[in-house]
Amino acid sequence: MQDVAIIGVGQTAFSRKCGVSVRELCFDAFKEAMEGLDITTDDIDASITCSAPEYDKQRTPSGLISEYLELTPKPAFYVETVCSSSTTGLRVAWSMIKAGLHKVVAVIGFQKMSELTSREVAERMGRGADIIWESPFGITMPSGYGMYARAHMATYGTTEEQLARIRVKNSHYGSLNPKATYRKALSLEDVLASDPVAQPLKVFDCCANADGASCIIMASGDVAKSVSKIPVWIIGLGAATDTMTMSGRKTLTGLRCSQEAARQAYEMAGMGPQDIDVAEVHDCFTIAEMMAYEDLGFAKAGEGPRLIEEKQTYADGKMPINVDGGLLSKGHPIGATGGSQIRTIVRQLREEATEAQVKDAEVGLVHNIGGVGQYGNVTILRR
Amino acid sequence: MGFDNFGTVSFTTEAKAVDFITYLEQGKFMTTRCRACGTLQFPPKMDCPHCLSSDVEWVEIKGTGQLATYTVVNYGPSGFESEAPYTLAVADFDGLRVFGRLSRDVSGADIKVGMALKVVSLKLPDGKVSYEFQPV
Repeated sequence: MQDVAIIGVGQTAFSRKCGVSVRELCFDAFKEAMEGLDITTDDIDASITCSAPEYDKQRTPSGLISEYLELTPKPAFYVETVCSSSTTGLRVAWSMIKAGLHKVVAVIGFQKMSELTSREVAERMGRGADIIWESPFGITMPSGYGMYARAHMATYGTTEEQLARIRVKNSHYGSLNPKATYRKALSLEDVLASDPVAQPLKVFDCCANADGASCIIMASGDVAKSVSKIPVWIIGLGAATDTMTMSGRKTLTGLRCSQEAARQAYEMAGMGPQDIDVAEVHDCFTIAEMMAYEDLGFAKAGEGPRLIEEKQTYADGKMPINVDGGLLSKGHPIGATGGSQIRTIVRQLREEATEAQVKDAEVGLVHNIGGVGQYGNVTILRR
Repeated sequence: MGFDNFGTVSFTTEAKAVDFITYLEQGKFMTTRCRACGTLQFPPKMDCPHCLSSDVEWVEIKGTGQLATYTVVNYGPSGFESEAPYTLAVADFDGLRVFGRLSRDVSGADIKVGMALKVVSLKLPDGKVSYEFQPV
């Protein structure tokens, strides 16, 4: 069977308010992904559009984007797992290429969250929980992760300062990333002094809603070798789910969907956490990055705080993580986020990450989570 | 009354599990157990995917539980603005994990993971019903 490679990646700048339409955002991401490839739009066999529909004014956007990018009459459809939608799109594209159905597939992720107010967004996020049993209490994304943070603190003695150090790191790299929403480096004091949102999480422990689009062009091995200078190979894939309800969760100190998706991806790649040179993890909140350290096996359970205290997750540390600023600095346009994480790792493996290149990076990992740990995707890539 | 009578903001009305609301109105906090295989559920489920039976019975969750985790929410979504800050919590009752709110009578410094709690049905000021955790 054919191997599957990523041959192109692109994203728009992420921002609080983009001032353009969704189709125009998607074009910019698609254009960057097509740069340097020896193919044209006509060579794209299918497109998968990924977003969280509750934030879209446009209904059934895959048809619209297919038209704007002139991908008709090729098949186009929509995939959704909230914040992990575009790596779910990657999984579907991989399956189609592996099955021999298509040779080249575009995975386009987007979200234009500025069309709604912040409270409207929070209300929709609340309906991303179980609307019968949990939404009526006023649950939100920050409060779900706030409960994980409190449990991590109570179980392992993790402190607010340790969580804040994750934001300090990511804000440093965000300051170097021209596509990030937040370019200001934050001090530990800045983070600790910010207003509470869902305690113990404060404003700077949280990522921001944003507008943006991303695009991943994937191809079968034979095509990849002939049309791209440095194909990046998909060598491990894992996907898992956990309950919608908080009451259904068996553990409150880590995400079971992360742990299971990581296990599958490592097994498929024939690798372990020690083989990863650089990673992007889903840091929608500081606690989410802390749990990812442990769920992905970069640290034992409860030892995540040591990684950040010792600065091991900086670009020159043992396990560089989110050296593009993460969701915390880039902002989180839901459907575009996974594609942006993939773009960062592809650029790292091609040694094109001029802002914060990790030395000799050959194998990279992307961890993308939907909801408060409802959907987990882990992807392992190799140059 | 249906699920439109439950919680601060209701998003849906109809569900087969509507007896949960009727019991709550009577001051009882109930969940379901499958009569065929004995599986106990929270939240209540009128269907049992383990044995594909829909023959379930209602059982009361009584006694003392422990606070598993919590968060004080300072920024509520639409419909909850005036209630913030409020405390969301997960508590364990004899193997069953329950999500809900912690009573406003417990203030920040007094909230401790592991503290003993009971679950109590509530009438909200607008006449709707809910439940909350209270210290024992």
